[in-house]
Amino acid sequence: MAGNPRFEQKIVRAVLWTMTGATILILLFIVAFILRRGLPEVSLEFLTRNPENMGVEGGIFPTIVGTLALTLMAIAIATPLGVGTAIYLTEYTWENRLTRIIRFGADCLAGIPSILFGLFGFILFVTKLKLGWSILSGGLTLSFMILPTIIRTSEEAIRSVPAAYREVSASLGCTKWQTVTRVVLPSALPGITTGVILSIGRSIGETAAVIFTAGSSLHIPTSLFSSSRTMAVHFYILAREGISMPNAYGTAAVLVATILMINIVSYYLMHRFTRKYS
Amino acid sequence: METNREPLIRVRDFSLTGGSVRILNRLTLDVERHEILGVIGPSGSGKTSFLRCLNRLIDLVPGYRSEGEIVFGGRMILGPDVNVVELRRKMGMVFATPVPLPRSIFENVVFGARLSGVRGGPRLLELAEESLCQAGLWDEVRDRLDESALKLSGGQQQRLCIARVLALKPGVILLDEPTSGLDPISTHKIEESLRKLRAAYTIILVTNNVKQAARVADRTAFFLSGELVEIGPTARIFTAPEDPRTNDYISGRFG
Amino acid sequence: MTRLERNDRLIRLGLLMIAFSAVSILIVITLFIFSEGTPIIFKYGPGRFLFGLDWYPSEKTFGLLPMIVGSFFVTAGALLVGVPLGLACAIVLTQFASKRVGRILKPVIELLAGIPSVVYGFIGIVVIVPLIRENLGGPGLSVLAASLVLGVMILPTVISISIDAFQAVPPSYREGSIALGATVWQTIRMVMFPAARSGIVAAVILGMGRAIGETMAVIMIAGNAAAIPGSPLAPVRTLTSNIALEMGYASGEHREALFATGVILFVIIMALNILANRTSARRKR
Repeated sequence: MAGNPRFEQKIVRAVLWTMTGATILILLFIVAFILRRGLPEVSLEFLTRNPENMGVEGGIFPTIVGTLALTLMAIAIATPLGVGTAIYLTEYTWENRLTRIIRFGADCLAGIPSILFGLFGFILFVTKLKLGWSILSGGLTLSFMILPTIIRTSEEAIRSVPAAYREVSASLGCTKWQTVTRVVLPSALPGITTGVILSIGRSIGETAAVIFTAGSSLHIPTSLFSSSRTMAVHFYILAREGISMPNAYGTAAVLVATILMINIVSYYLMHRFTRKYS
Repeated sequence: METNREPLIRVRDFSLTGGSVRILNRLTLDVERHEILGVIGPSGSGKTSFLRCLNRLIDLVPGYRSEGEIVFGGRMILGPDVNVVELRRKMGMVFATPVPLPRSIFENVVFGARLSGVRGGPRLLELAEESLCQAGLWDEVRDRLDESALKLSGGQQQRLCIARVLALKPGVILLDEPTSGLDPISTHKIEESLRKLRAAYTIILVTNNVKQAARVADRTAFFLSGELVEIGPTARIFTAPEDPRTNDYISGRFG
Repeated sequence: MTRLERNDRLIRLGLLMIAFSAVSILIVITLFIFSEGTPIIFKYGPGRFLFGLDWYPSEKTFGLLPMIVGSFFVTAGALLVGVPLGLACAIVLTQFASKRVGRILKPVIELLAGIPSVVYGFIGIVVIVPLIRENLGGPGLSVLAASLVLGVMILPTVISISIDAFQAVPPSYREGSIALGATVWQTIRMVMFPAARSGIVAAVILGMGRAIGETMAVIMIAGNAAAIPGSPLAPVRTLTSNIALEMGYASGEHREALFATGVILFVIIMALNILANRTSARRKR
């Protein structure tokens, strides 16, 4: 298209902005659609009652418990592992073959789709280790899924702690570990927390890995070995089997609203703490 | 402790190599008790590296090798069996840029002391007051010990860093160009404090400002390209230096 | 060795073992999936498995080709939707937008990334599928529906990596071009794109990986017919859906065949990962 380059740019700009606007509109549409049809279904009753009739009526209370249990377990396992890895990579070693292998492992792990985690969890935890469909199986599987994210965000957070802090700490007679625990980690905490919160959001929405490891029992879980259904799995079953559209919308609304709140909280955290420390 | 006339620190034939570069070359000098030793020289002459060898902060950077001997208070400090943590508590260091930790003023001052075992609220408070007084900062912060240290001005932060070091009751205070970024009033206050601190501590002051050494130091050492060119009483160094290079640097012909 | 050094060594060793957790988990996952899935591939015959056109588990017929083709079509479609949109957003964010707009766009993208795939699939069922069915014909559950929804799902991946790619271009390139009188768009077209090329390629590859690996949304809207789709409006089944749909009730050789599907999927994804790694490694050099 020979001709005025400024004219060409005007057209291109218009096109690009339209596309960007479309993307934003898509997101707004998704959130608005679910919330508009789903929030009316959500009441205190909905959140605290047990489902009846396979979910046609009643509430989603057991799924909330299941979601909480699985997410908590995943975080409890993945956070020490992830932060520990990040500490090792930044504080106790410098870039060499070993660190490249560790990073490659974490990157590859991050790329594995959730269905394969579900498959793996089913093979190892449910079948071979005979843990059955349980919160234990699901929590372990989920923790492996979120590990790479926690490693990455923790590493970033730890690296951004000024080198001068470490020097000062050492010069005041701290051992390396004391420097890590008393100076580096406290300063890196906001970044690490953001990563954890993001992983919580991901765990809540996860379905494929959970349905093959934690099962889909509608009973309130009584132990780590109980099978349990999460909100996401419940929503999937409701929607796919056409059991109850209103309840499906309601469950979806709870899911989306929770994730919205999680994103807002993590954003707020990042903003508030980066200002405090700069 | 001992009313000793022995030099507190003896450096004998000390060399530092990083990669293929010789940073310090066969240094030999003594640091006397309760003196302020000024260390002057152009950038790159090894003054900062020398300080970092004294408290073995140089260990934090991989790839440096040292030869020779440094004896502090009768004990060698360079061997693999040395308790480096203890050493660093005895050789307090103040850096060129003030680095307050992101904590309250009080927490900053007692940070190192807490780690070395000092316990108890009142005891720590006492220690903080003492150290802040010695650093010349107490009056300005006595009412706001719980405020963030980051709110202090540059000069105040640096005095805070000095107080932080003093709280550890070190034997030696190492200062690496402590007033290089500060306004004249803060500089003056710090130099005042150093003069008073000499009675209880031994002080090594690395400075790019030749006049500061002339004002404050009892003896002065001139470093050039990793070597100790000359060391002696400040008055003599500045009026009748023995080495022509010293003369050139002091009179501003280079540096 | 002083006590200090001994403690330090212990801590370092402990942390090293923790750091290896990610690698160990990866190795364990690879081991298990391969050990469960590969025997049947060889028993059945790799050729028949990979290129067989019929998938009838009850008759012990395990031809995976329709699903492989299905994954391929759906992914290609997703890229057709997601890459242009994603690149547009990345360009606008890095080249044209003010800081204020950026502050709105970034959370939007992060939010898009956080929405669960089942919700995407649900919107697909309730909005997209009927739209296709009524306006374009066919059952609605189709390659097209899956491509549209997956395209939106991979947007956050494509956008964030493309943004990284553009931001990695030295500002002097851009400034130099503008100083020579080029418009911003000309600069983007002739200077930024070539310079950011390997990063953009990485973004596309990772978007591909994300699309191929998606399960729940695809199951809900793609129709799941185990046959090679004849048109974009035809239903389709992907490798991922194949596993998820039948895993619940499969047993014996059927189950092994599903594991084998997992093996194929794993190999494809790993290849894509390594490719993406190589591309960005080349960029860093």
